[in-house]
Amino acid sequence: MTDRAITVEGLSKRYRLGQLHVNLLSEHLSNLFRGKNRTPPQEFWALQNVSFDLAEGEVLGIIGRNGAGKSTLLKILSRLTSPTRGRATVRGRLTSLLEVGTGFHPELTGRENVYLNATILGMRRREIDRKFDDIVAFSGVEGFIDTPVKRYSSGMYVRLAFAVAAHIEADILLVDEVLAVGDAEFQKRCLGKMSEVARGGRTVIFVSHNLLALRALCTRGLILDKGEVVLSGTAEEAVSAYELRNLGERGRSWNRPAEMPARDLAITEITSRLTGQQPNITLELDVTLVSSGEHKPAFIAVDVLEPGGTAILQAIPRLDGFIDAADRSHLVSVSIELPPLIPGEYLATVWVGSHNTQTLDEVREGVVFEITDSPTEGRTFPHTRDHGYVVPRSRVEKKR
Amino acid sequence: MTDTASREHQRITVIAPPEGVLAIDFAELWSYRELLLLLIWRDATVRYKQSVVGIGWALIQPVMMMIIFTLVFGHFAGLPSEGVPYPVLALSALLPWNYFARSLSDSSNSLVGSSALVTKIYFPRVILPLSKVFSGLIDFAIAFVLLIAVMIWYRIAPSWRIITLPAFTAMAILVALAVGLWMTALNVRYRDVTFIVPFLVQLWMYASPVAYSTSIVPARWRWFYALNPLTGVIDGFRWALLGRTAPRLDTIAISLAIVVVIFFSGLYYFRRTERTFADII
Repeated sequence: MTDRAITVEGLSKRYRLGQLHVNLLSEHLSNLFRGKNRTPPQEFWALQNVSFDLAEGEVLGIIGRNGAGKSTLLKILSRLTSPTRGRATVRGRLTSLLEVGTGFHPELTGRENVYLNATILGMRRREIDRKFDDIVAFSGVEGFIDTPVKRYSSGMYVRLAFAVAAHIEADILLVDEVLAVGDAEFQKRCLGKMSEVARGGRTVIFVSHNLLALRALCTRGLILDKGEVVLSGTAEEAVSAYELRNLGERGRSWNRPAEMPARDLAITEITSRLTGQQPNITLELDVTLVSSGEHKPAFIAVDVLEPGGTAILQAIPRLDGFIDAADRSHLVSVSIELPPLIPGEYLATVWVGSHNTQTLDEVREGVVFEITDSPTEGRTFPHTRDHGYVVPRSRVEKKR
Repeated sequence: MTDTASREHQRITVIAPPEGVLAIDFAELWSYRELLLLLIWRDATVRYKQSVVGIGWALIQPVMMMIIFTLVFGHFAGLPSEGVPYPVLALSALLPWNYFARSLSDSSNSLVGSSALVTKIYFPRVILPLSKVFSGLIDFAIAFVLLIAVMIWYRIAPSWRIITLPAFTAMAILVALAVGLWMTALNVRYRDVTFIVPFLVQLWMYASPVAYSTSIVPARWRWFYALNPLTGVIDGFRWALLGRTAPRLDTIAISLAIVVVIFFSGLYYFRRTERTFADII
């Protein structure tokens, strides 16, 4: 069947800044009486002229940075908010999974919550009755199904919630990052279930930062940037193009743009260089920081990420706060002995904070560096990411 | 693909900028009936699961208010009671009043209180205040049993008029829903409505014949008094249950007209702001 499941034509969404705020009626009234003329609200377009269509059974991955308009698009297609212009035509029953466990109530038992959650996601009672045993079996919480979920561990809670989501009957599914739940083992099962769903002829729109998952699950890809579609093609094309864009915009060094808001402790500059030879390469970063307010003594952490934005490793050279507010300006040199990485471009994120839960500043994917040589001497055949990013030193001995 | 999915397969949803009349899509509302029932069931379950006294709470509140009204208004102030024992007079009004007060405050918080739901999944938003207005009927039913007990105690038998009670109950539901729709939608936009509602409810009680009988209101002010739609509802309840003074038809008519105006304007305002709920909340 080549039926169009979704047709999106020129979808645009304008937000008026200030309109999104929760107001107080009393304020509103007093402004009215004082005759305070209001400044015209600032506007911005979260989505501009987005068009695409999706045939039945296709799996579309939407990629884009934070603020690119991915969530706005999902919100419009889920009918949580209406577009300012354009239209979308949806053929069939559409269910959006923007999170798992929507509507779960801690006082209710697992069984009760399954019915509640599935009904909220648009399932009929008969359908739930029929699938109930599968859902419970998938979640692995059989023994606790009649226990209030407030007594569940967070892992059990998420597993039950995902189990419901995974058994949703719909013609079209909108999925947002729900894969990022649970422990590794469960994530694997979720991914398996997702590809089962994707291959099962269901039409799926999938938004994720996980480019590997997108590559594995999707047939089509769409890149959004600043609310506009910059590329629409196969998933493979979209993922590669996204990685290129992501790298192309970054350099070896980073300077704080003037429009970035001030912070008590702000990273103002990062420069990077690589020293040494494979397999002993060191990433050296010089980080300049300025304390313009009071903050607790801070320490620094550096993440190294693959081009798609998935972290490969994190280095925290010192765990105690050594950046004191009293010093005002700081220059910190971090050197990281990289593991033997395959050739390619990598990104680094620099974070400063006073505690692992207390971020003072963070520059995500601020600098890029490139590794050109293979970590294995004499290797002539190329490396591919399908086998991972690290080539550990290894030895072999033929015993017989 | 399953039967249901393929049966609904031809369902086409068009998502476009809002325009024109914002009538409630009743067919859509009907297709969400299971969600409505489930939300009512959830409210009831959670309410009676959480508190040990559970159902007891639904009894204690009207009993206490009945006793206080009888003491303060019946004994100390010596207000007339239309020839029925003051506790019965008070309780017959407390029934619709408590229902209204609770439904109003619950429904005005229904959207803000369900923000987790509203920002994540689509359903006709009107289901939320609707579910609160219906789940309030459970407490109403419990209080009704109390009223029957008190009436038996005072040996008051209801007359044929009691068959009109469902009509007045329906009117009470409509008043609660009508005002609730306004407050729910306003509450999303203006968060201080949360603080205004309890105050409003308190004032409203004294402006309604709950603790006293309509007969103490001077005749020339009756029409004005009838602008409060609860006057019609409470007078109706007293008449249907105790049957002493028939409610004036013009009172009922004015009350009804006011309810209809509040209901449709509330529905319009609700529908108009509905599409921005997920953005603001």
